[in-house]
Amino acid sequence: MKVIIVGSGKTLFFLCRNFTAKGYQVVIINRDKDECVQLSRQLSAMVVCGDGSDTGILKQAGAMGADAILAITPNDQDNLVVCQLASLTFGVPKAIALANDPDNTEIFEKLGVCAFSTTQIVGSLIEQRVSLEQILNLLPVGEGRVNVTEIILGADSPVAGKLLKDIDLSENALIAVVIRDNQPMVPRGGNDLQAGDRVVLITLPENHGPVLKALTGERR
Amino acid sequence: MKSSRYIVVVGCGRLGSHLASCLSRDGNSVVVIDRVETTLNDLSPDFSGFRINGDATHMAVLKQAKLKNADLLIATTHEDNVNLMVAQVAKKIFQVPHVLARVFDPRREEVYAQLGIDTVCPTSVAADMFLQAVANGGKRKNGAAS
Repeated sequence: MKVIIVGSGKTLFFLCRNFTAKGYQVVIINRDKDECVQLSRQLSAMVVCGDGSDTGILKQAGAMGADAILAITPNDQDNLVVCQLASLTFGVPKAIALANDPDNTEIFEKLGVCAFSTTQIVGSLIEQRVSLEQILNLLPVGEGRVNVTEIILGADSPVAGKLLKDIDLSENALIAVVIRDNQPMVPRGGNDLQAGDRVVLITLPENHGPVLKALTGERR
Repeated sequence: MKSSRYIVVVGCGRLGSHLASCLSRDGNSVVVIDRVETTLNDLSPDFSGFRINGDATHMAVLKQAKLKNADLLIATTHEDNVNLMVAQVAKKIFQVPHVLARVFDPRREEVYAQLGIDTVCPTSVAADMFLQAVANGGKRKNGAAS
């Protein structure tokens, strides 16, 4: 696989090191001459010095035959334009942009560019790790407007032993799947929840916290 | 009688401030956005619109400028990529009916056109005028009396 990365700094360095270790062919585009010299000494990647939003530079980096391009500069506008140029002019099949402003992920998607926000990702990871031990997965879907969470009900859970219809969940929350003894089922109001059940929960971000609290009893 | 329009100008450099002052003088409601606060002082004293100090690539700033209600957006910052991004966001997200962007690099005009953005390229405009002047034997066609 041939990947072009436009960016600078440590993220670029370690990302590139990861990719080359996996055997990918990596081309780096960076504007800073000194950093280019450093990068080419330390990494087994081709380094092109210049502006990634310049068609000439993209061509020089071999955008024509690239499988993916990754724009991770600190400037959202540059990331957007790099990706748009790469897909429009050179037909790069996968163009992914970093959105430094989390609000821009949605914008970039609407403008036809795949986007991710480290703020959002790190934020949800921290939520996942810090808030509750029982949470196994926290997966944002629908551009972050829906959370899918898998939790294990502890013995101290306030809902253990209750029927689903008796549990007071707030609006816009759903217990989608219950896995008991490795048997998954889609529960109805007449089913109960027990300690040790693995519950797949669908919530909206605004009521995610309260719903988790209702199921686990833990204070956040 | 000109009808008053709601116009957002992004970038308050020489061109942006001049445009904003002219448009404001003509009776339009003008909002000017610039990242550097001091450049907002370059607006003429009779500028009666709003000034916003902020980065137009941040959604919150564009929302603050009430871009939804704008009839026209002009992107005149010194960075082509900022202009291109702001213009696209205005057109596709905020549905601003008329969007114009300045582009310095003539080679990029084609890409902008592909993305549906109307552009003005000062380099091309100046080059055309020079070429015309050269063709006319050094005399400007529409120039002043001199």
